[in-house]
Amino acid sequence: MLAVTTSRSEFIGLAGSFCAGLMLEFSMPARAAAPGGVFAPNVWLKIAADETVTIMVAKTEMGQGVIMGMPTIVADELDAAPAHMRTEFAPPDPRYIDKELQDQVTGGSTAVHSSWLPLRRAGATARAMLVAAAAAEWDVPPSSCTTRESVVYHVASGRRATYGNLAAAASRLPVPADVALKRAADFRLIGRARQRTDIPPKVNGSAIFGIDVRIPGMKYAAIARSPVFGGRVKSYDARRALAVPGVDRVVRISNGIAVVGNNTWAAFKGKSAVSVVWDEGANAKLSSEKLFAEAEFYARHHTHEHVAVTRGKPETATGDVIEAVYRGPFLAHATMEPMNTTVDVRKDRCEVWSPTQVQRRAQAAAAAVTGLDPERCVIHTTFAGGGFGRRLEVDFVQEAVEISKAIGAPVKVTWTREDDIQGDFYRPMSVNVIRGVVKGDAVTALSHQVVSPSWFRRWAPSLIKNGVDDLDLLGVLDAPYDVPNVRISYIDHEHGIPVGSWRAPDANWNAFVTESFMDELAHLAGADPLTFRLAQMQKHPRAAHVLQLAAERAGWGTPLPRGVGRGLATTFWAGSYAGMVAEVSIENGSPRVHRVVAAVDCGVNVNPDISSSRRKARRISAFRPP
Amino acid sequence: MAITVNVNDTLHTVDVPGDTPLLWVLRDELGLTGTKFGCGVAQCGACTIHVNGDATRSCVLPVSGVVGKRVHTIESVSRDNSHPVQRAWIAEQVPQCGYCQSDQIMAAIAFLREQPHPTDKQIGDVMTNICRCGTYDRIRSAIRRAAADR
Repeated sequence: MLAVTTSRSEFIGLAGSFCAGLMLEFSMPARAAAPGGVFAPNVWLKIAADETVTIMVAKTEMGQGVIMGMPTIVADELDAAPAHMRTEFAPPDPRYIDKELQDQVTGGSTAVHSSWLPLRRAGATARAMLVAAAAAEWDVPPSSCTTRESVVYHVASGRRATYGNLAAAASRLPVPADVALKRAADFRLIGRARQRTDIPPKVNGSAIFGIDVRIPGMKYAAIARSPVFGGRVKSYDARRALAVPGVDRVVRISNGIAVVGNNTWAAFKGKSAVSVVWDEGANAKLSSEKLFAEAEFYARHHTHEHVAVTRGKPETATGDVIEAVYRGPFLAHATMEPMNTTVDVRKDRCEVWSPTQVQRRAQAAAAAVTGLDPERCVIHTTFAGGGFGRRLEVDFVQEAVEISKAIGAPVKVTWTREDDIQGDFYRPMSVNVIRGVVKGDAVTALSHQVVSPSWFRRWAPSLIKNGVDDLDLLGVLDAPYDVPNVRISYIDHEHGIPVGSWRAPDANWNAFVTESFMDELAHLAGADPLTFRLAQMQKHPRAAHVLQLAAERAGWGTPLPRGVGRGLATTFWAGSYAGMVAEVSIENGSPRVHRVVAAVDCGVNVNPDISSSRRKARRISAFRPP
Repeated sequence: MAITVNVNDTLHTVDVPGDTPLLWVLRDELGLTGTKFGCGVAQCGACTIHVNGDATRSCVLPVSGVVGKRVHTIESVSRDNSHPVQRAWIAEQVPQCGYCQSDQIMAAIAFLREQPHPTDKQIGDVMTNICRCGTYDRIRSAIRRAAADR
């Protein structure tokens, strides 16, 4: 069972707050002409004389459904006929820079809300120009024309013209600077469940993921990498690897020893056979235990601590006190499709096929290795078998470019599953130390120390202000509770383990901590966890609403079979509020989840079937060991 | 070493060592990339194909072991998605990233042949391939639908 709430009026406010920066015009050519009579008023769409509407998807399809969501937004404003629509993954281009993420990036669960206005404007602009072309032809005011399913109508005179027929004329018109957008009530595609266009190729094996790319003359490679993070090759002996049937080259690259062969298996076997002496470097003696002990020491002694928020006097608040320490482990992304990239480096050009989440960074990496201009480095984005943030990194692109350059032939690099788990940019470990004070049913004080390395520092060091990485505090700073006395602090626990963005980065762990501790506080107060939370949520009506709705649909407070208990939690991420209730028992010492009821308020739901599918799946990801 | 295998009702001769896993013969030598690599140790199920009609994980199966047997991959199910299991997969809108769906479909086809009207428990017990997106609910619905369709 699923309880879902979406409210358009709420969304408008939300869209305003998230998308204010996006009202700025993205760059457009002055005229909409393109070769061959194709109408291309902006980088987002092209309309051909044969009626085909091609919509560029500037986000990577890794399961989340952008291949439907993005085109739906454009097509609704355009009034395009879905049957005429095609999609292409966009090449690297500064005009596809996401204003919110400040790069051409698929990440942070931002695709729909950061593209919402730019894509609507792109569709509406094209529609306005098609209408203008028809109105000029018929000598009637544009306002007397209507559009539907790729056709412009002038109802009064009974005239009609298809978008394909108008494409050439529209492409000669100036691109208007400002266009009116539809009212939400007029949406024809947004908010309707439609079948995904990427499903037919995904049920007959014809969908091409990165790992499936095949180009003529292609070699296959695998890489022996350091078993210690940051380790370097001291020396190596390729003889045993070269003796493996099908292996023909062994080359040293910046991060290890690449074995090149006639098929993936030969490369894998060769990789195991190559003997490498590693200089393990500074991290040779690191262990998780050591790092956790270090993090707790820092918290206790306030070492390198920076205060993010302080309100009232948490240290002098009186009442019942509880303290807790939470340890969050490193986690690998473990995408179903292991890392891979195919590259063909030529003298004057470099072509890359990759399931990357960052087209421009991939292009920059290719340019850096080859010394070619970025424009000569072509990036083809393939379907991605999961991303979860792992493919925001370009390590697996760079190494493939290095190998192709070294061997002078096209090459596909495939990671083994062991490579994938050992060579990740992990969800950072985290130690959270919390102290809470309760009086009656009110939380009077909270002190929360987060000790975790900043994965974001590598991406945007300038956004770390006063020693605080706000991203590392997601799920803490934005927890929906009003507490009068608060101290939230951050300790950037630098160490040598590569860390990165991992599925709703930081918030996934911090929300677990915040909500677990709310249960501890409710328990201390002897209060019902729902009533107790709601008492602290008066300034957060949307969060309170989803939690109440989930509780109501789950039958919160009604009797359960012996041995089964109910728990609940709420969180906020990327503009969406979620509340969940789980029914759980302990079987043979392990928790077993019997039922989960979720309520989600995500504002406008562009494709309800996809969001329903994703919600269910995410609950499964949370509970079922992958 | 020349080895002849019967894949999708066609005989192919490939020149690879006999211990090469069938998965890499299918993907790299024959270009049948619908069968995926996931773990390399027959745990995730991404490489599921049929050998003499039985669902089999091909990443640890030496190619020499299928000589004289019939191998079928996702590419043999139907290109036009007309097979009842493919139709059910589309009707239930199962795939998200889609990487495991070839193998889920191959496992489901073999399972439904053995058990044309499975219970949910039987589906849960037999369909053990991993989906990292977590589409298990819809996989179950699609199998129920395909069973009802027959």
